[in-house]
Amino acid sequence: MENLIGLLVLVPLLGAGVLLCGGRRLDRAGHWIGTLVAALSFVIGAVLFAGLLGRAADDRELDVTVFSWVPVGGFHADAGFQLDQLSVTFVLLITGVGSLIHLYSVGYMAHDERRRRFFGYLNLFLAAMLLLVLADNYLLLYVGWEGVGLASYLLIGFWQHKPSAATAAKKAFLVNRVGDVGLSIAVMLMFTTFGTFAFGPVLDHADRAGEGRLTAIGLMLLLAACGKSAQVPLQSWLGDAMEGPTPVSALIHAATMVTAGVYLITRSAAIFDAAPVAQAAVVAVGAVTLLFGAIVGCAKDDIKKALAGSTMSQIGYMVLAAGLGPLGYVFAIMHLVTHGFFKAGLFLGAGSVMHGMNDEVDMRRYGGLRKYMPVTFVTFGLGYLAIIGFPGLSGFFSKDKIIEAAFAKGGTEGWILGGAALLGAAITAYYMTRVMVLTFFGEERWRPAPSPDEPSAEPAAAAHEGAMPHPHESPKVMTIPMIVLAAGSVLAGGLFSIDDAFVRWLSPVTGHEEGNSPVGALTVTAATMVVMVLGVALAWFQYGRRPVPVTPPRGSLLTRAARRDLLQDDINHIVLVRGGDHLVRGLARVDHGLVDGAVNGTAAAVGGASARLRRLQNGFARSYAVSMFGGTAVLIAATLLMRAV
Amino acid sequence: MSPAAPGAVVHSLWTTAAAEAPVKIPGPVIEYAELAPVLIVLGTALVGVLVEAFLPRRLRHPAQALLAAVGLAAAFAAVVALAAGGYANGKAHPAAMGAVAVDGPALFLQGTILLTGLVAVLTFAERRLDPAAHGRPVDSFAAQAAAVPGGEAEQKAVRAGLTTTEVFPVLLFAVGGMLVFPAANDLLTLFVALEVFSLPLYVLCALARRQRLLSQEAAVKYFLLGAFSSAILLFGVALLYGYAGTVTYSGIADVVGGTPRTVTPALAATMGNDALLLIGGAMVLMGLLFKVGAVPFHMWTPDVYQGAPTPVTGFMAAATKVAAFGALLRLLYVVLPGLRWDWRPVMWGVAIVTMLIGAVVAVTQTDVKRLLAYSSIAHAGFILAGVVATSPAGVSSVLFYLGAYSFVTLGAFAVVTLVRDAGGEATQLSKWAGLGRRSPLVAAVFAVFLLAFAGIPLTSGFAGKFAVFKAAAQGGAAPLVIVGVLASAIAAFFYIRVIVLMFFNEPRPEGPTVAVPSPLTSTAIAVGLVVTVVLGVAPQYFLDLAGHAGVFVR
Repeated sequence: MENLIGLLVLVPLLGAGVLLCGGRRLDRAGHWIGTLVAALSFVIGAVLFAGLLGRAADDRELDVTVFSWVPVGGFHADAGFQLDQLSVTFVLLITGVGSLIHLYSVGYMAHDERRRRFFGYLNLFLAAMLLLVLADNYLLLYVGWEGVGLASYLLIGFWQHKPSAATAAKKAFLVNRVGDVGLSIAVMLMFTTFGTFAFGPVLDHADRAGEGRLTAIGLMLLLAACGKSAQVPLQSWLGDAMEGPTPVSALIHAATMVTAGVYLITRSAAIFDAAPVAQAAVVAVGAVTLLFGAIVGCAKDDIKKALAGSTMSQIGYMVLAAGLGPLGYVFAIMHLVTHGFFKAGLFLGAGSVMHGMNDEVDMRRYGGLRKYMPVTFVTFGLGYLAIIGFPGLSGFFSKDKIIEAAFAKGGTEGWILGGAALLGAAITAYYMTRVMVLTFFGEERWRPAPSPDEPSAEPAAAAHEGAMPHPHESPKVMTIPMIVLAAGSVLAGGLFSIDDAFVRWLSPVTGHEEGNSPVGALTVTAATMVVMVLGVALAWFQYGRRPVPVTPPRGSLLTRAARRDLLQDDINHIVLVRGGDHLVRGLARVDHGLVDGAVNGTAAAVGGASARLRRLQNGFARSYAVSMFGGTAVLIAATLLMRAV
Repeated sequence: MSPAAPGAVVHSLWTTAAAEAPVKIPGPVIEYAELAPVLIVLGTALVGVLVEAFLPRRLRHPAQALLAAVGLAAAFAAVVALAAGGYANGKAHPAAMGAVAVDGPALFLQGTILLTGLVAVLTFAERRLDPAAHGRPVDSFAAQAAAVPGGEAEQKAVRAGLTTTEVFPVLLFAVGGMLVFPAANDLLTLFVALEVFSLPLYVLCALARRQRLLSQEAAVKYFLLGAFSSAILLFGVALLYGYAGTVTYSGIADVVGGTPRTVTPALAATMGNDALLLIGGAMVLMGLLFKVGAVPFHMWTPDVYQGAPTPVTGFMAAATKVAAFGALLRLLYVVLPGLRWDWRPVMWGVAIVTMLIGAVVAVTQTDVKRLLAYSSIAHAGFILAGVVATSPAGVSSVLFYLGAYSFVTLGAFAVVTLVRDAGGEATQLSKWAGLGRRSPLVAAVFAVFLLAFAGIPLTSGFAGKFAVFKAAAQGGAAPLVIVGVLASAIAAFFYIRVIVLMFFNEPRPEGPTVAVPSPLTSTAIAVGLVVTVVLGVAPQYFLDLAGHAGVFVR
């Protein structure tokens, strides 16, 4: 069984190698090779899962040391894997959703010339992500962390001929670097504090280190999590990342990679539990982001960007839960898994819509599509119900638990967090209903307008103007994954909650405790229902009852700010870009004046000296002899002088 | 010795030879097996002279080349056998009545010199670079050495297709002298070895087929200045004898250390006179510094390197340096260790001046051979930094550096022989512009050698320079290391300038072409390249080898 763990990483890595190095010979079969690889790793993951299930609850941890990676003096790092309940949960999510999305991509990317390369990158992502969650030490985790960053970069910019995609890829990479620096500092701090990177020794003895140290490590880990999971203040890249092909958005930027930050925080539970300041920061980041993302999601007309805002917001929930400590770790991961199902399903649905609509992404040019795409409508609809927390569906169980845990935190803090989570639930219901209504209900706004007097606002729309879309259902290879994911969205939450199965499964790793909520569980559920209904109703009245203009109205100040992602890019631009510009210009001036001056001056001096000394070499043997004679005299004199001194 | 008085012995030999057992005059003890490398090389040279005299002209060239190669290879095998037999460490001792040392450094340097010579034979034997003259293949050497350039005799010789195949025995004589030089364990052997390898080099320098006048001028200058330095060295030997009453290294070292063995009555007045020691020591030192090309005794280097046939230049630049630094190390570490506080500051000064002058003057050179000459001066300075470390690490780092440097040098000069235009080798740097566009492979190989000279990591030059500077810094010569690094920075400028010239400049329309060499030169270049890269990527084994070899016998 231990050997299988290594194989789990190796199989997709080999797949990526074969696909990326195989050349054009593999063009015809590449996508099926990639899909088979993903399916194979899912099978391996399932076997491992079954193996763990067969063991006692407190004996479900397998450690494998593969090889000694960096043995240099006192610095010692092994490449090893750790399989426990937490990592196997991730393994199943990654390979399961991953396999479905591979399958979906076979259809979605059917007409792309570089499909083989696309599948190579997807396999590379799987390998890196599995390495991230299976590593048994922070250094190897860091390798996987960087690997998924690379895969994300390659896939966001997959359509590199589009300048917007290339820019988005660069942006994602750069913003992620900020977080990566945090992780690298955290890893270094760990080494100086504990003398090792391994999870075991670091986490078991976390309380022995000083609180200051732990706070520093925790804050750096949080910075890393913010970068990868698109949390405030490093959230700006996720919206642009939607430039990538939609399966990528579904797999990497909704279901798996962006949740790596939650994994990191949950895995490092021992550190955060011993560093209250860092934990408070985690909660704050989560709460702010869940509102931030939700507000952004309300204003976006691009269906994928609206969903991206939603992703940000839902991960905010997870981070919030992870920041609650043992109260919330289990629910963070549970929401992560259910979210993986329904958000991936929603993205695939969005992709299916775009597929039928000539790659149109503006929801104001959709409408009434339920008749044309029944399967997409139903699966998307189930995902929608799951995310807004409709009773009985996945989101209901996981999100409700997080809101309860937030109240259970106790005191003013509990009220604030619980209130924020409740408000977030209302906004979620609002923006998701808006997406649903704009896309599948109402007038068919994609038919050419009788009076095209108003210029189009969206460049994407302009590109397709004139060619009326003919909405149609997607092929089976795309709808089957959507159906499977929809089934997961409906059932997962309920299955997890039967007899608290998920809590019992995960609590040996993360720890779990029930809090004393000032409000009863029933009250919380009822309140959640009420705000959900309010959100849905508001959206229905605003978009379902009234005609939707194809050109977006000017909107309120908040709407306009939200359309611009709540000014995140503007702030970044003013603070970082302009500030950086000034700094760099100043440095360049110093470089030109001082450094270049010194360098050129030295060069001129050496050149001048060289030209002068060269004249001594005049070609006459007599001069050379004189030089030798003088040299000998000096040598003798110096030797005698040394003795005299 | 028999207890009988000498007179009685003579008497008895004549009168009672039958009655008494004859008393033998003890003959010198010569350990032939331990001197095998030298004897093989010199013996092969003698055979080469016979070949020159008796073999038909047609067969001479291949026969001589093969003979020289076999002789050098056999001598190298003998060195390896001696080293494997423990003569590098446990059994190391002064052989041949104390005249020649057989120890680790000597064997290491002899091995290096023999390999250098072997590669040099390959470049000497190259006959495909120049177009055939009058239907006969030609090499780098003049048709007839004695003929006046441009004169009738020379034209006749060229037409007759004469070649100077005697270069091979001459080369072997030079190698023989070089083998003895770093092993010489008394001052007279040192001097004899010096002359044995210098005189053949003077001759070789004069033999260039192209630019005969430049070549002859170089030879004459080298000879005049070499004779001058030999004279000073010999004077120094005399003064040291006056000081110590002996010419053996260990004997002088004993006197310096205050424990003289015997006192010769005739020298009682001067024995132990420190002025003699210091002046004599400085003069002997000067003779060796001349051979390594240290400032201010370096001025022959550019002229001779430029004028000599390029294969000879490559051999000279590599092997002479190895032999001379070997002798210098032995002199300083065996004879004068008691005088460390006197010669170290002086050598500091020499090293600093050598590094700086070599690097600075190279900056404005316009001829690639002169550029490499100044580069060799700068490298002599770097090696001197290791010499003044006065520690075992210093010795081993110098040994390593010499091995690494000699192969880079051989390779670089071998590449120079390839770049040609109508007038033979195109050594003008301006003609090398854009070479990388026309002949990327050759230019890339040369670039590797230049990077090795500059000491860029992953080349042998880096490993060597690092070892030398490390030893110097540990030996308390940190300022020397700082100057060395600065000089390296200056040196990097002109090496990289050549690379820029080759790869980033437009080729000139009438620029030189790269001749396609025979496998001989290709092998020489390939060996240089492989050694350069291997010693750069995985230097540890060879550093260890040099480290094990780093102890001198007394």
